[in-house]
Amino acid sequence: MWLTLFRRLAGLVTALFVTALVAFILIDLLPGDPALDMLGTQATDETLAAAREALGLNRSPLERFLDWIIGIPVGDFGISYRYRIPVSQMIAEGAAVTVPLGLMAVLFTTAIALPLGVYAAANQGRAGDSAVMAFSQIGLAVPNFWFAVLLILLFAVTLGWFDAGGFPGWDAGFLPAVKALLLPAFALALPQAAIIARVTRSAILDVMGQDFVRTARAKGLSRRAALWRHALRNAMIPVVTVMGLQFAVLLAGSVIIENVFYLPGLGRLIFLAISQNDAVVVRNMVLLLAGMIMVVNFLVDLTYALINPRLRGT
Amino acid sequence: MSELAASPAAPRRRRRLSLRPNLVIGTCLIALMIAAALLSLVWTPTPLGTMDMMSRLAGPSAAHWLGADHFGRDVLTLLLVGARNSLGIAFAAVLLGGAVGVFLGLFAAARRGWAEEVIMRFADFAFAFPAVLAAIIVTALLGVGSTTTVIAIAVANVPVFIRLSRATGVDIWSRDFILAARSAGRGPLHITVRHVLPNASGVLLVQATTQLALAIVIEAGLSYLGLGLQPPAPSWGKMLNDAQTHMGSQPLLAIFPGLAIAIAVLGFNLLGDGLRDLLDPRLRRTR
Amino acid sequence: MGAGDALLAIENLSVSLPGDQGPRRVLRGLDLEVERGQTYGIVGESGSGKSITALAVMGLLPDRARVEGRVLFDGHDLAQADERAMCRIRGNRIGMVFQEPMTALNPAHAIGRQIAESVILHEGASRKTARARALDLLDLAGIPDPASRIDDYPHQLSGGQRQRVVIAIALACRPDLLIADEPTTALDVTVQAQILELLTDLTERLGMSLILISHDLGVVASLCQRTAVLYAGRLVEEGPTAALLARHAHPYTAGLMAARPRLTARAGERLTAIRGTLPDPESVPAGCIFAARCPYVIDDCRAAEPALHEAGDGGHVARCIRLEAVA
Repeated sequence: MWLTLFRRLAGLVTALFVTALVAFILIDLLPGDPALDMLGTQATDETLAAAREALGLNRSPLERFLDWIIGIPVGDFGISYRYRIPVSQMIAEGAAVTVPLGLMAVLFTTAIALPLGVYAAANQGRAGDSAVMAFSQIGLAVPNFWFAVLLILLFAVTLGWFDAGGFPGWDAGFLPAVKALLLPAFALALPQAAIIARVTRSAILDVMGQDFVRTARAKGLSRRAALWRHALRNAMIPVVTVMGLQFAVLLAGSVIIENVFYLPGLGRLIFLAISQNDAVVVRNMVLLLAGMIMVVNFLVDLTYALINPRLRGT
Repeated sequence: MSELAASPAAPRRRRRLSLRPNLVIGTCLIALMIAAALLSLVWTPTPLGTMDMMSRLAGPSAAHWLGADHFGRDVLTLLLVGARNSLGIAFAAVLLGGAVGVFLGLFAAARRGWAEEVIMRFADFAFAFPAVLAAIIVTALLGVGSTTTVIAIAVANVPVFIRLSRATGVDIWSRDFILAARSAGRGPLHITVRHVLPNASGVLLVQATTQLALAIVIEAGLSYLGLGLQPPAPSWGKMLNDAQTHMGSQPLLAIFPGLAIAIAVLGFNLLGDGLRDLLDPRLRRTR
Repeated sequence: MGAGDALLAIENLSVSLPGDQGPRRVLRGLDLEVERGQTYGIVGESGSGKSITALAVMGLLPDRARVEGRVLFDGHDLAQADERAMCRIRGNRIGMVFQEPMTALNPAHAIGRQIAESVILHEGASRKTARARALDLLDLAGIPDPASRIDDYPHQLSGGQRQRVVIAIALACRPDLLIADEPTTALDVTVQAQILELLTDLTERLGMSLILISHDLGVVASLCQRTAVLYAGRLVEEGPTAALLARHAHPYTAGLMAARPRLTARAGERLTAIRGTLPDPESVPAGCIFAARCPYVIDDCRAAEPALHEAGDGGHVARCIRLEAVA
């Protein structure tokens, strides 16, 4: 078990290194001059040279790459070309918005999807099941940013219960901050919930058809009891897998949703960095997103082992 | 229990061809979208680019059936032309991404060995990136523009098609008729083109239909962010972004473009499901 | 037939399952009786309706199955019983052992917990009491050193051991009737014998009735006092096992017997196979269902389906008009 774990970790680190290399080559070595971007067209040759010196652009690409890579383990991601502040600080500020947002979205997703999926499976073929499936089909079709706009239209513009966007910061207090994240999290959660509800339903139906559920029924458990006590836990394996895979989609969704709601999170950070050509920020964000996706996939594998004892021993 | 498990394996043709709601509704919705796109080539309520300043942010009227936006442009006109742009980009991107992905995937299936290993490692890695994110990153690298949008969405499609066509390809390669072709001295290229591709086409078509839905969403997302089609070219995503600014004075502006996106996505999703049921009757029961 | 002390009396039982072209009748007009303490065998190929019979008794047929006839268990008609009543009977008064020990246990729960579950459910026992009972049951089912295995998960056990656990679950509440559906088919030959021995041993010790379902007439013959032979959803022969073996009255039973591999067979001697395949239940012919494969067939066989004819002592009957010719 430990050997497997170690091997998987080594693989993870290697994959991250390759990602970093590719991101660096694609982003930093493309034509373009950050110094020129920073100073504008009025810059003289001297100021440009000084800026390049300050940004470290005069050194060889290999040196710059190594500089970046070596800094990462100690939390030194470099300095933003644009804002001249440490990228680690920008990421920390963004994460303070995006991480709670993501957690809330996952919470909403689970709270909506699991009951719906279980309900649909327990009522397979009946009206309730059809209603859940129809909801999920629509949830899949409505893009989250349109749903977000509709939420703003209803709850902010018409009813005035929420602000149409913006984030007061955690300094403004816990409740106002959470309130500002409520609509965005819900907008992120809906399409996710549509997918997870489907997966939950079909996973449960799949497990309900298996032999051990029949054994449980032969013991005298009712269909419902067999579903809750025996099918559900086994059905969670595919559900957790898909939720893990969907986490990446959630991250991607937050790029757009944070822009809809003007939230200063990681999604908005990467969007701004891309539009402003801030290569240092972009490459770090690419690595960060890839890293988060890989770590989540890794954790999903670990979760399997907890749910499924068969994988635990080996 | 063996009696119960042994449901008849042979699909009955008569049932396979019976009408399926998924297929029917999906086809209707997509036909509607394509009709709108084609109509915009020959007729629009007002010529594209017309700004009726008197009707800025007006609601539906005889002159503007669905109202007008903040420049006084006819919303229906924008939606029709938007359909053309959206579908055009989606089809082009899926075709391009599909072609590259299928080529690599079938190559991997035919060659196996290290080539397969390299291609699949790449595909697995790229697959971990959500399509929207991949498209945004590609856009960042290439700079905005309609060609970029097509390429960005195509790139996001490549890993899906690599994985699918490789898996399908490997499966087909293991079948007897391939063995027959090989013993007849046929080379991998011939076998791939004449045997593997035709047998994989159904699965690939189903996937392509589903990917079109995704492509529509990505295109709308990119143009919402301002990274897609550039003004003045009408785009549903851009319309939504504009609508958000003027939502206080004309909320309807935020309804129609979103509805158009949702209908197109729903249509392709249903069509994909329907085609999948049609091609693989075994999956039909489990839904 | 017709002894008054029947624990289970199946009367005119028919089962239809939904199919692509309307319902398929997978069991037609089955009658049989199992007495207290009796070991009863049901033999047939897959598709003969033998597992359907077991599931019908347990009330575990698919939701859309249609059941006609009566399943009298201890005087109560299970075919009419509602789901709550069935839940009280299943696992409590009727236990069931399945064919596939590899999949019949929940991979996510320890085996002790799976055994204890019935005890808690039916007897309202505390966890502690139920666990103690699970230990006894594991011991009873012949798991060596049960205390060290009780917290094992199914994947840690061999196929034979898993089947012993399934048996322990079935026996948890000391049922009156144990139904074993192909309990050894999925196991190694050496393990098969052990499991069969365990089943008969337990039946005797606990005074249960046993219904053993198998495709193998030999297995049933060695263990069961009485045997029913099913073919294409129809009872074709029934009687005391000894009588049945002495004179397999129905041509199908004769064919089954001849198709068994024997140790005494000389090298080069070929196994006899029954010609043809099972008829499609959707298009059962008018006359005898076995007519198409029967070596003794005459025109009369195709005219109308034969009734059960007496073939010997002890209520030995066979659905055949050519009894004399077969014997």
